Amino acid sequence: MAITAFTGSATVQEVVPRKKSWVALVLLLPGLLYLVLFFLVPLVSLVITSLEVPSATTFGQYESAFNWQTYGTVVGQYGTQILRSFLYALLATVFALLFSYPLAYFIGVKARRWPILQGLMLVLVIAPFFISFLLRTLAWKAILSDDGVVVGALKALSLLGPQGHFTGTPAAVVFGLTYNFIPFMCLPLYTTLERLDLRYLEAGNDLYASPFHTFRTVTIPLSLPGIVSGTLLTFIPAAGDYVNASSEFLGGTSSTMIGNVIQSNFLVQLNYPAAAALSIILMAIILIIVSVYVKRSGTDDLL
Amino acid sequence: MATSSFADAGADLELVGIHKRFPGFTAIENLNLTVPAGSFFALLGPSGCGKTTTLRLVAGLEEPTAGQILIGGKDVTSTKPFQRPVNTVFQSYALFPHMTVIENVAFGLRRRHVGDPIAKAHEALRLVELDHLAARRPQQLSGGQQQRVALARAVVNRPALLLLDEPLGALDLKLRRQMQLELKTIQTEVGLTFVHVTHDQEEAMTMADTVAVMNKGEIEQLGAPEDLYELPRTVFVANFLGQSNLFTGIVSETTSDTIAVDVGGNRIVVPKSRAARHTGKVTLGVRPEKLSLLTTKPEAVAGRNVIGAGRVIDVSFSGVSTQYIVEVPSVGPIVVFAQNLVFGPVVDRGAEVWLSWNVDHGFGLADDPEAGPRFPSDDDTVSIATQKRTELAVELED
Repeated sequence: MAITAFTGSATVQEVVPRKKSWVALVLLLPGLLYLVLFFLVPLVSLVITSLEVPSATTFGQYESAFNWQTYGTVVGQYGTQILRSFLYALLATVFALLFSYPLAYFIGVKARRWPILQGLMLVLVIAPFFISFLLRTLAWKAILSDDGVVVGALKALSLLGPQGHFTGTPAAVVFGLTYNFIPFMCLPLYTTLERLDLRYLEAGNDLYASPFHTFRTVTIPLSLPGIVSGTLLTFIPAAGDYVNASSEFLGGTSSTMIGNVIQSNFLVQLNYPAAAALSIILMAIILIIVSVYVKRSGTDDLL
Repeated sequence: MATSSFADAGADLELVGIHKRFPGFTAIENLNLTVPAGSFFALLGPSGCGKTTTLRLVAGLEEPTAGQILIGGKDVTSTKPFQRPVNTVFQSYALFPHMTVIENVAFGLRRRHVGDPIAKAHEALRLVELDHLAARRPQQLSGGQQQRVALARAVVNRPALLLLDEPLGALDLKLRRQMQLELKTIQTEVGLTFVHVTHDQEEAMTMADTVAVMNKGEIEQLGAPEDLYELPRTVFVANFLGQSNLFTGIVSETTSDTIAVDVGGNRIVVPKSRAARHTGKVTLGVRPEKLSLLTTKPEAVAGRNVIGAGRVIDVSFSGVSTQYIVEVPSVGPIVVFAQNLVFGPVVDRGAEVWLSWNVDHGFGLADDPEAGPRFPSDDDTVSIATQKRTELAVELED
């Protein structure tokens, strides 16, 4: 019998029991109902809205039609904001990753010997969630305001001109996005790094790989599932974010993101078809980027 | 980097005065060891005896508290693991799950920028007869196959020193036997120095040229497997390596080349060259298969020891041999292995027998029987209680 273990090249096929069970269907039902009611219906309604034309008689009223030209118009009108949104989201994702990886590595790997420290640091990562996202962003607005400490210091170091601002600049928006999404990046990274088997690192070291090479060829690939889920959890909401870039928070006219445009079209200009079309475009682009990204990173092997 | 070339031959390993203390306990106490180049060296011992720690010190995965490690005459004590000409086959194999088998094997070659790593990796996989699985992932292989990939991944680098950390522990008995033979063949073929850590005495004896028996962070005895088996120096070695019958008695007469010991009224003779202690109370031993079972009292012959009469209290048949346990008054139970030259056992339970063996087959141990156990056994509740009580008494006196 032991010999066959060596020659065995037959592929192992998992046997999946195919049992038709109404219990499974009943258990799925609430979820399916929820999805139909709160996802499918609004989505269809959004598509219908995006195709409507303005009413000839009253402002802010729309009639059903098949006016797909709205899509072309909004892309032409708000192309800059769409591109800018994805650029900011990308920058925020990269910064959040650079900041979170060492943090998650420390909590998940180095602090393994001290569970209390590990727990404390995790609480500190999650702690911001105890305060509203809006309040925290407002707090940053105060900290980064023109008469605040940060701007004062930047001026003293001549990194900022005497008339310079920090709030309202693209840098402030990217900063706000990075700050707000760090926990979303950090937690999935922590969960994969916490399970990282250090014996692989020893094996890498034993096979002539310096700590740097071991990190690049062993640690990073093994923590890829965490990197992928962390970047997705950061990139997707960051691309559609309308709080940080709002001029009431950290943004300004030169840093408007697509979320702000949609908000203003829906709530200020009452241009529902344009807002709906932009929402659908945003969703479609994110969907394409995410599917290409997940496919390219090939993490299904590790999951 | 000094490691950028293949070793043409194994290097010798030297450990000088190694101490390793972890917070709370000492793993290794003053270890001195020389492993000659090109040999198959086994570190044998029970779990927790410090053998894996020794291996990790050599690999550079742990730093010694004191002492020096020399590989091929060069001091590598403060060298990082990736700079040492050493490769390890880990107990858990530690094959990279995100790489294919061939990439795993080529890993070390790529790091050292060896030309044509893939071709060399295929060659190493052919050596362990797994080339047809090169494109698989490690988790798609069986335990035995993973073990051989781990071996190929280490051997392909032609390290001066190959460390094996109980690599056969997870395999079933039959596969283990097969892998033992293969390992030995590979070692002879490539001519590297192998240091093999194991708790399986049979594995150590069949594979290694030299065996070091380790206990509680110290080396009890070192030598060729036959020498260790035929002439153990301590009670620990006599019992850990195979089975032994041990007797304690006082030396009653001494000639120029033998000593005679009185064991419960029986006169047992041992050559001086095979006894570590020649006076006072000593412990003697003899292997169970060296004893012959006699149903009549033999005549006293020079050159043979006789113990008896005793009574057979247990007979168990095991195919090749039969094990008899003989209770001898004032000596204790004695185990005898008798080859099954006829069908079935020769004597039945309750039979009166005499035991005899060649004087040259006995051995005298170095342990002082008066001193009690050198290491209080740590699993015995009585010894723990005694130890606690003495500790407490000392504290109270202070």
